[in-house]
Amino acid sequence: MKQMQEEHFDPMSHLVPISLYVTIWAALMVFTGITVFAATVELGVFNIVVALLIATIKGTLVVLFFMHLRYSTKLTMVTVVAAIFFLIILFSLSMTDYLTRAWSTSLR
Amino acid sequence: MATAVQTVERENYLNSDYGIKSWLLTTDHKRIALLYLVSITAMFWIGGFFAMLIRLELLTPAGDLVSSDTYNKLFTMHGIIMVFFFLIPSVPATLGNFLIPLMVGAKDLAFPRVNLLSWYIYMVGAITALTAMVMGGVDTGWTFYTPFSTTYSNTHVMGAAIGIFITGFSSILTGLNFIVTIHRMRAPGMTWRRLPLFCWANYAAALIMVLGTPVVAITLLLVALERAFNIGIFNPQLGGDPLLFQHLFWFYSHPAVYIMILPGMGVINEIVTCFSRKRVFGYEFVALASIAIAVLGFLVWAHHMFVAGISVYAALVFSLLSYLVAIPSAVKVFNWTATLYKGSIRYETPMLYAFGFIGLFTVGGLTGVFLASLGVDVHVHDTYFVVAHFHYVMVGGMVMAYMAGLHFWWPKITGRMYPEAWAKLSALLVFVGFNTTFLPLFIVGYMGLPRRYHAYPPEFQVLNVLSTAGASILAVGYVLPMIYFLWSLRYGEPAPPNPWNAVGLEWMTPSPPPTHNFDETPIVTWEAYDYEHQPQEEVTVGH
Repeated sequence: MKQMQEEHFDPMSHLVPISLYVTIWAALMVFTGITVFAATVELGVFNIVVALLIATIKGTLVVLFFMHLRYSTKLTMVTVVAAIFFLIILFSLSMTDYLTRAWSTSLR
Repeated sequence: MATAVQTVERENYLNSDYGIKSWLLTTDHKRIALLYLVSITAMFWIGGFFAMLIRLELLTPAGDLVSSDTYNKLFTMHGIIMVFFFLIPSVPATLGNFLIPLMVGAKDLAFPRVNLLSWYIYMVGAITALTAMVMGGVDTGWTFYTPFSTTYSNTHVMGAAIGIFITGFSSILTGLNFIVTIHRMRAPGMTWRRLPLFCWANYAAALIMVLGTPVVAITLLLVALERAFNIGIFNPQLGGDPLLFQHLFWFYSHPAVYIMILPGMGVINEIVTCFSRKRVFGYEFVALASIAIAVLGFLVWAHHMFVAGISVYAALVFSLLSYLVAIPSAVKVFNWTATLYKGSIRYETPMLYAFGFIGLFTVGGLTGVFLASLGVDVHVHDTYFVVAHFHYVMVGGMVMAYMAGLHFWWPKITGRMYPEAWAKLSALLVFVGFNTTFLPLFIVGYMGLPRRYHAYPPEFQVLNVLSTAGASILAVGYVLPMIYFLWSLRYGEPAPPNPWNAVGLEWMTPSPPPTHNFDETPIVTWEAYDYEHQPQEEVTVGH
């Protein structure tokens, strides 16, 4: 715990080259293009899967580089992972209802 | 006659600067706490006014005082105001804001400007919601269930939802500030195991605020999108799923119950230890129980939906998980009781409220176990049994704890003592009034009287009259503190730095504290609640 307190986040100690930011920006633009393109292709239920997948990758890039998570303390990383963990709880426990709701109609 | 020397008051956060601007632009956590105190007190009275109208209507079986439509609006606005604008910010935004920096030995919260911003956001949200109410009100119930809220209700759903959406951000910012402050700004020697349990409890509540509030904010945004643009999310006619709304809504709103109750539990730890002169029994377990409640609180939400048509298999899982919350809650109640054992107990006002809390919270918590049970829930769902249950937790528990905390720290906050005899009377009135109001509701609910109707069969009248009579006693119990607290600001005895002989850093600074809290950064070498070993003189040393 003491070690955690001593870690100190100093944004100036992690100078990121402008080129990296530009690369990330370009990647985000490419993914946006793919999103637009994928929306025009008929993939059935996979349309939404593809859209969400691309959005997740883009979000991850923004959080890691633009929001400096990659260079942050472990405590900050734990905080972000905690948020994802609770998002998984929201999805998975809601799914216990959605995936099994049809089973119960056979009981009625 | 006081001499000139004696009348010169020590510089403190109240007299360091004057004028309305010095308050509206302050970044001092103590002043922001008072801004919040004034705001949420106003909201409490507005919400209380609606409650009184509800109880007056229910005095007679016929719907004679208000129409059914007005009644729907009354209980909706009572719920919205009390939940989102009073209970959720109550202890964290007032006592938490004031005390957390003092308790950890810091000069302020980690982000003082963000703290002020959170109050402004709260005010914008509150005014938006109040405007919606003045313009005609909302009738969806505080839960905004779809598809009624998105498709059928002709009332000001959008205004109220936007008000709550905005206020959510104030809650997130407060939570964020608490988390960072408790991690980063503890005084030397203030380890996690020496941290007052009030901080642990607020830390746990802050986790829920940060993790849960975005979900309800997005959910209300989806309601607005469906209502405004007919995008099918919740309305089955548009291809949506109405139960999705309930999943998303309760994913936040059930943990929100713990945002409300956890800080109250934190208050009780401070008071029970101080007025029984003992270290809290099982410190680590009480601290971890707060975190356990925060985490388990996220796993139980669908117990609000047992009869809404969810899968019975999911209901089984959620029922089981709901029982689990009883464990850390019971750990707390048992540990407070064990703390009292062989303590030298003093019955001052904060302790009276704390006793009230322990008893009433236990009743509220145990009836929650009934409701978590699938079979019983089918019988009592949407009856007054549920109303009684959550009022025992929210009012009997949380408001009692809030009142306990206000009395306990009032001398620290204002530098004045309140009149003890009047305060004891008010604590008694609140306890008697509360039980007279809500105990009959368990009975009418169990007999099958559904909630949210303005008229009811005549055989339920006796218990309803009892309940309304209780509500008027309760109202007197809340008006009294309002009067004597205001009175004490001018006429109360000046408070010493540590009127209760309590331990804790907040008592080692003058009352009211100086703007920068401590003249020197304190160095902590003792455990929290070390009442048995710490010599009293050392504890009461002021500056």
